[in-house]
Amino acid sequence: MAFDHPFVSGGGNFPQTRWSVIAAAGSDDSAERSRALDVLFTAYWKPVYKYIRLKFSETPDEAQDLTQGFFMELFERDLLSRFDAHKSRLRTYIRMCVDSFVLNEIKHAERQKRGGGALHLALDFPAAEGELNAQTIDPASIPSPEQFEEFFEKEWIRGLFSSAVEDLRQFCEIHKRQAAFSLFEIYDLSGDETWSYAQLAEQRGLSVSDVTNQLAWARREFRRLVQLRLRSICATDEEFARESRTLFGGKL
Amino acid sequence: MSNFLNDKAVERLRIAEALPEFSGTRYILREFLARGGMGTVYTAEDKTLNRRVAIKILDSSDLHGALEERLLREARVLAKLEHPGIVPVHDAGTLADGRVFYVMKFVEGSRVDQSVASVSSLPERLRLFLRICETVSFAHSRGILHRDLKPANVMVGAFGEVLVMDWGLAKILQSDAPRSSEETIVSTAPHSDTIAVAPATEITSPTQDGMVMGTPGFMSPEQAQGKSSSLDVRTDIFSLGKLLEVMVKPAKNSTAFRIPRVLRAICEKACAENLTDRYGSVSALAADISQYLDGMPVSAHRENLWERTQRFYIRYQAAILLITVYLLMRTLFVFFDRP
Repeated sequence: MAFDHPFVSGGGNFPQTRWSVIAAAGSDDSAERSRALDVLFTAYWKPVYKYIRLKFSETPDEAQDLTQGFFMELFERDLLSRFDAHKSRLRTYIRMCVDSFVLNEIKHAERQKRGGGALHLALDFPAAEGELNAQTIDPASIPSPEQFEEFFEKEWIRGLFSSAVEDLRQFCEIHKRQAAFSLFEIYDLSGDETWSYAQLAEQRGLSVSDVTNQLAWARREFRRLVQLRLRSICATDEEFARESRTLFGGKL
Repeated sequence: MSNFLNDKAVERLRIAEALPEFSGTRYILREFLARGGMGTVYTAEDKTLNRRVAIKILDSSDLHGALEERLLREARVLAKLEHPGIVPVHDAGTLADGRVFYVMKFVEGSRVDQSVASVSSLPERLRLFLRICETVSFAHSRGILHRDLKPANVMVGAFGEVLVMDWGLAKILQSDAPRSSEETIVSTAPHSDTIAVAPATEITSPTQDGMVMGTPGFMSPEQAQGKSSSLDVRTDIFSLGKLLEVMVKPAKNSTAFRIPRVLRAICEKACAENLTDRYGSVSALAADISQYLDGMPVSAHRENLWERTQRFYIRYQAAILLITVYLLMRTLFVFFDRP
């Protein structure tokens, strides 16, 4: 979906904004509410769709319908106003809301195709379905019932990183650093671990230290953009700090 | 290229982004050591001096620079405390990725509780404890409280040196300032089992009442209640008492020694619920331990006549035996020498 955001034009090392998606979602200002909707859709629609598809074994059509319905309900019933940042993380709360919504829909068999005057979100469901098929081509990779929570978290991280990669691509275009993005794409995003800095340097006609510096720059910007995205979907500074540690809690 | 990131790419990004970026510094990242509440400690190689160092690096989630300032203050505290029992700081600064760090000596050794487990002699354990007291007492003399003394924060090095680590919760007491403003938090939660909970939305430099900082099982009651303004050296004395309990505890199934009543009394006095019932200074606590080691009476325990006799006997055992033997021989000599 079209998403106009200020992330790619930012600078500095850490996100400075204290904007809260929760406060914006309940704002009287329609532009603020709309921005909150955009931020939440972008971060959550794919994890929610994939989660519904796998956990509730829904068909693609039904999962699309439920995903649309869930986000409508989230805003129409102002479910975010009940979120308590001291009790859980926002993504945990949203996952629990999805569970409750889908179970309720199934129980009452009242689900109808969302259309007509209802809000229709232009989400790229075929792309999400394609990703899901690629992810579950190996039956062993299909999560078991006790792994759905972990699956949702993984998809949430994937969504966040994907958005930040797109931000980085735009940022590099604006700042004429496409070469750095291209190196980042090959070395860090392709999943091909056979590339070495020396090979990249040879292929691009650069020195190894140039490759090192360009990759370091791209990673630094990527981290900044991830943090900006992350901050925008966290309710509080404390939640942001916790989520940041979850995301970047890697060990050597 | 598709926008979809496969699992490998996501994991690679997570790991790559978590690692600090040392470009432009004299250090080469080696391995992960430990993770704390606000930072991670790695080992690294100092290229200039060709030696291994430990580097504490702030996590990248610092929103407003408050944690940056605390990590640097922690480094400054360590720099201020030049003592053989405190790990020296070599360097501090900001990495290319914006994360604040400080470099300290890399210490190889083990936690004090693990180290004393192999020491069967109680006096030897107590002498180790006295060296911890020396370090803490030195910090107090410089107006600094540790506030997180526990076995995990005391290391015994490869040469038997005792090091008090992790001054992340340290508090600077400025004697010339009024009590309400005389303290400054240096940092928060260096260990995962350390609590640093602030009910306020943002932690500022001066300690706020209601903020709980310390480790359950080792923090004083006043710390647990968040009474930050009432903390003084006796807070560390409480933790030292708890540490002493751990250090003198015999290993499981060991019959090497039982904790003597006098030592239990010293622990009880150090860990008294009420501040005024504790030792007034670390040197007073250390003096009691030294007195005990020398077989002298201690301030924490009022001994009865039997205990006094026992202590007298143990202290002068050799002399008493010599005199007894001398008297016995003298008696025998007198007896057999009779015509």
